Amino acid sequence: MNPTVPQLPNSAPQPAPTPAPAAAAPAKPAVSTAPQPPAPSRPPPPPAPPPPNPLAHLSFPFNGVDYAAKGYHCEATVSPDQVVAVAEVLDKEGLSLDTITGVDWMAEGQMEVVYDYFHPAKALRVVVRTRIPRDNPEIASIHKVFPGANWHERETHDFFGIRFLGHPNLTPFLLPEDADFHPLRKDYAA
Amino acid sequence: MISKEAIISNGAPSETFVLNLGPQHPATHGVLRVKMTMDGEYIVRAEPVCGYIHRMQEKMGENRTYAQFLPNTSRIDYLSAMTYTHGFVGAVERALKLQVPPRAEYIRVITSELNRISSHLVWWGAFLLDLGGFTPLLYAFDDREKILDLLEGITGSRLTYSYFRIGGIYNDVDDSFIKGTRAFVTQMRPRLKMYRSLVTDNIILRKRLINIGPISKEMCRKYGATGPVIRGSGVPYDVRRVEPYSAYSEFDFLIPTFEETDSMARYMVRMEEMAQSLRIIEQALDKLPAGPVMAEKVPRVLKLPAGDYCYAVEAARGRFAVRIVSDGKEIPYRVKLRTPSLSNLSLFEEASAGMLLPDALALMGSLDLVIPDIDR
Repeated sequence: MNPTVPQLPNSAPQPAPTPAPAAAAPAKPAVSTAPQPPAPSRPPPPPAPPPPNPLAHLSFPFNGVDYAAKGYHCEATVSPDQVVAVAEVLDKEGLSLDTITGVDWMAEGQMEVVYDYFHPAKALRVVVRTRIPRDNPEIASIHKVFPGANWHERETHDFFGIRFLGHPNLTPFLLPEDADFHPLRKDYAA
Repeated sequence: MISKEAIISNGAPSETFVLNLGPQHPATHGVLRVKMTMDGEYIVRAEPVCGYIHRMQEKMGENRTYAQFLPNTSRIDYLSAMTYTHGFVGAVERALKLQVPPRAEYIRVITSELNRISSHLVWWGAFLLDLGGFTPLLYAFDDREKILDLLEGITGSRLTYSYFRIGGIYNDVDDSFIKGTRAFVTQMRPRLKMYRSLVTDNIILRKRLINIGPISKEMCRKYGATGPVIRGSGVPYDVRRVEPYSAYSEFDFLIPTFEETDSMARYMVRMEEMAQSLRIIEQALDKLPAGPVMAEKVPRVLKLPAGDYCYAVEAARGRFAVRIVSDGKEIPYRVKLRTPSLSNLSLFEEASAGMLLPDALALMGSLDLVIPDIDR
């Protein structure tokens, strides 16, 4: 436990203060000077209502997300063969492509591909995730839906070795032109 | 976009040639290379080649702690260091649920807006230099110098500030900063008027920019362009307004947009934005609350709960977003930096097809590129 995190005064388990009958406890006055813990009989507060889901009308599994906690409004985890269809649907919704990136989950043998979208007119940030096998990382390119994906996919190919099928020019973007390494893979020693 | 083959099949001379612009060229501001296929003075295809100043900032993020990575964030877009640090500390604060004191948020806003003005001044001077006017750069750097002096006084640094800390800011501002900033706001307003009569209304500048390099709303959306580029296409997208962060919701300011979509529109957005930044600074100084400038109980060892956290800010060039993926350890599992210059430049190939070379250079200048921001 982190020593600098303050302990809340009521976080330790406290005995339930049963209201004793006055006749049964003559030695102790009913008026105690010690601060009373909050009544434990009160039920815990109901869980917060789920955050609104602005994309609930779409056929993909979008979930509302607490923006204050995460920094985006909506997310969906889809299968790798759905990313182009999701991009087409979000394109029709008027969203813009923010970025594409990867996360190497080496222990699980998977690569995560993350697509970030934003709406140019309202507060709506959407995250679409999918996972592909790490030993054969291939996924369809979405550059035909969002031409801006071209560079983001090249960058993700540079860093993770993820191959975007149908990409017009999957050559090194930020790495040297003869680069055959992928520095953001977790087994690449810096 | 007109392909090379289409132009040739329509009877144009088939003798195109490849022209390399950069990576060492004054108009590319740093180390950007553009491989241009030319048909005479006209561009058939202009393909930017990036990566000459790539530093793998995201890998550096994976092998040091959150606090150790903080100085890197001033070195991505070195002209807009305050806002970039803001994006990073904002993501960490979001994950740790830290409450930043109001005074710190106000000082963040003041320094970020000063930084935005100084960044726009560099753009203004350098852009006009691209167009062949040397004098404006000297005026711009004269005004920028005052901002750098102010920021140096509180941060100790003139460019790579690293002033924002996780939970607040490095140190409080003093009276000389507040007096100096008020004096700067007073001095800068007539200077902006003078810029208008000296440069903006100049017929040569207007002929170089008006109706040149149109970028449609749809092209901005398809490429993820943000900042003055999308606002110069008539879309009032500004992170400060759409996803208000820090104390921005407490100030009265306008989001300048221009419907013309040409290079002049992007020029005008930045000129108007400087005036709006002055308004924000003035209001923030008037309302500057008292109190601490660091959150209480910032853990000495920062371990973010497992999960991913995003934070977006409006940098001088557009939307800068940070995504931190944490696995609960002291070192981030992944730090993704989404930079505005990359998306803004990615539309250049489509937007510049068929343009005259000097006009395309004006278009490129109006995008306000910082190459280390693209290459990271």
